[in-house]
Amino acid sequence: MSAGTLYDKVWEQHRVADLPGGATQLFIGLHLIHEVTSPQAFAALDDLGLSVRHPERTVATVDHIVPTTSQARPFADPLAEEMLATLEGNCARHGITLHGLGSGRQGIVHVIAPELGLTQPGMTVACGDSHTSTHGAFGAIAFGIGTSQVRDVLASQSLAMGKLKVRRIWVEGALQTGVYAKDLVLHVIRRLGVKGGVGYAYEFAGPAIEALSMEERMTLCNMAIEGGARCGYVNPDAVTFAYLKGRPHAPAGDAWERAVAWWSALASGPEAVFDDEVVFDAAAIAPTVTWGITPGQGIGVDETVPTLEQTEADERPLTEEAYRYMDLRPGTPIEGVPVDVCFIGSCTNGRLSDLRAAAAVARGRHVAAGIKAFVVPGSEQVAAAAEAEGLDAVFRAAGFEWREPGCSMCLAMNPDRLEGRQISASSSNRNFKGRQGSATGRTLLMSPAMVVAAAVSGHVADVRRLITAPTTPDPATTRA
Amino acid sequence: MSTTPFPAGPIQRCEGRAVVVAGDDIDTDRIIPARYLKCVTFDDLAAGVFADDRRERAGEHPFDRPEHQGASLLVVNRNFGCGSSREHAPQALMRWGIRAVIGESFAEIFFGNCLALGLPCLTADHDTVLALQAAIAADPSAVLQLDLEPATVRFSAGGKARQWPLTLAEGPGRMLVSGEWNGTAQLVAHDSELRATAARLPYLSGFAAA
Repeated sequence: MSAGTLYDKVWEQHRVADLPGGATQLFIGLHLIHEVTSPQAFAALDDLGLSVRHPERTVATVDHIVPTTSQARPFADPLAEEMLATLEGNCARHGITLHGLGSGRQGIVHVIAPELGLTQPGMTVACGDSHTSTHGAFGAIAFGIGTSQVRDVLASQSLAMGKLKVRRIWVEGALQTGVYAKDLVLHVIRRLGVKGGVGYAYEFAGPAIEALSMEERMTLCNMAIEGGARCGYVNPDAVTFAYLKGRPHAPAGDAWERAVAWWSALASGPEAVFDDEVVFDAAAIAPTVTWGITPGQGIGVDETVPTLEQTEADERPLTEEAYRYMDLRPGTPIEGVPVDVCFIGSCTNGRLSDLRAAAAVARGRHVAAGIKAFVVPGSEQVAAAAEAEGLDAVFRAAGFEWREPGCSMCLAMNPDRLEGRQISASSSNRNFKGRQGSATGRTLLMSPAMVVAAAVSGHVADVRRLITAPTTPDPATTRA
Repeated sequence: MSTTPFPAGPIQRCEGRAVVVAGDDIDTDRIIPARYLKCVTFDDLAAGVFADDRRERAGEHPFDRPEHQGASLLVVNRNFGCGSSREHAPQALMRWGIRAVIGESFAEIFFGNCLALGLPCLTADHDTVLALQAAIAADPSAVLQLDLEPATVRFSAGGKARQWPLTLAEGPGRMLVSGEWNGTAQLVAHDSELRATAARLPYLSGFAAA
């Protein structure tokens, strides 16, 4: 049983009571809500005659259903309009802050909470969205919940939870040029499997993790859930504190020093005990691309689609299903596989540093003929910052569309979607069957820079051959 | 489509015919594609359950096969319900008529969502699940009896009965059997404990000086 880890310390701090069923009642420090998983929770709250216990600890935005071309109201899709109107009504009625369209603070929920300084070390963070694990980048314990649990958090600011085990994922060395946090996490999931993390929180630690920027840590923790781990986290350190300082909801003045002291004390110490530990070497990781229908079916860009013989016996039925669905044969080099659509964005890779890395590859190049390519900033703040440094112009000149913020084609609850058998190079997080809006559409997951490499080449390509000079460093988004 | 009401109170047993959806890592996008999430109630979700898989298999999907209409037990393999946290997935299954799920393993968020709706998810080892799936394939009209305490499933066909042991973690098992699986009231009742916890979390007061 783990002891002395950040997970254990945060769990103890937030423990409200032990419940008769054996679960723990855990206090939730920050509750993020959006339009898809909250309407039924508010309705249930009404049915029970309950109010929102801590509206000041509840923050809303709209992201999944917003169009990324025109965001004028009412939306063309009446269902989308009804969902947003319902969220607006619920927030107004319960006194909850909603960062709506055009507020300057709207965006994907997992992008805006960090950039507003809402997400802080040592908090428990819950949201009706599985990618809530993103917030673990700050040393928060953050996890996705369902709508019944959203109701519970609204009503009580707490949840009935079972404690997880803790696996430390220690990453030695340093990532090569052209290899990003996205490649690292795809590699971890490839090795540990999509079920490997079930029952665990993942603590990411080691020299390669300490060297990651906050935005890279967010990409890493974002996809912990794709490895089955409901939450993933990085211990807070100087990189975390530098990112937070001066953000709208971050402590200021004397409170800042007290906050840093509290946050620092929560990190897993040298005496921490883990339930399990796995070691990786960052230097051995290549740009990684998924070829199949789960995020665990990833390979290096210089590898070939695995044969059944190269696949564990119990994974073979899924491998065969993936060959059929993706129309890829075992032994095919992944580099050179043609793509139709290139998408940069999502809660995984829609932040400023992602757009910078992508723009650095796109600059002076052009999207190949016949390819639809578009960039969707993760938030209004990301869009404004990117435009201020001219990244939108770089993308447009290279043949990419520059869109408004939202979840876009990650999950196709808005007009952005694949059609028919189209195959996408996507910086998002899930390559499930039908995920991007066509029941037969296909998704290849990769880093934003790799998406650009695919867009300009017309097929999957190794971005390491296209990399030029690094972009201007920024302490918030650049590796230490 | 089932008209059986959603469960309320203690859940000790589930009886009915079974339907098998075989395969590992069946994610919640497959259980209900995202386009069906454009709604502000769960009322109409039955139509979306496995919608893309069913269209692809043109009437041959287990949820469309005539022999499985009215089934209330779902038998699956490993890591069922992975991916998105959408509670629309168990809602859609329940609105189709499913009242319990047996599988080799479940994704955590899905398991918790099911528990909150009173949809028991029980596990068994690989060989047991395969044997159960084979027995259902051989006689889809057989009625299964699933008990939560002790966790077992009993399969009766042609005057013969077979029984397999299942696993249900102690906490969720107790919650289902006692009827305390819908625990909002219990959480809200801990008012003084909630206040005490909030009082010791420095970030709730903006790290004000002690």
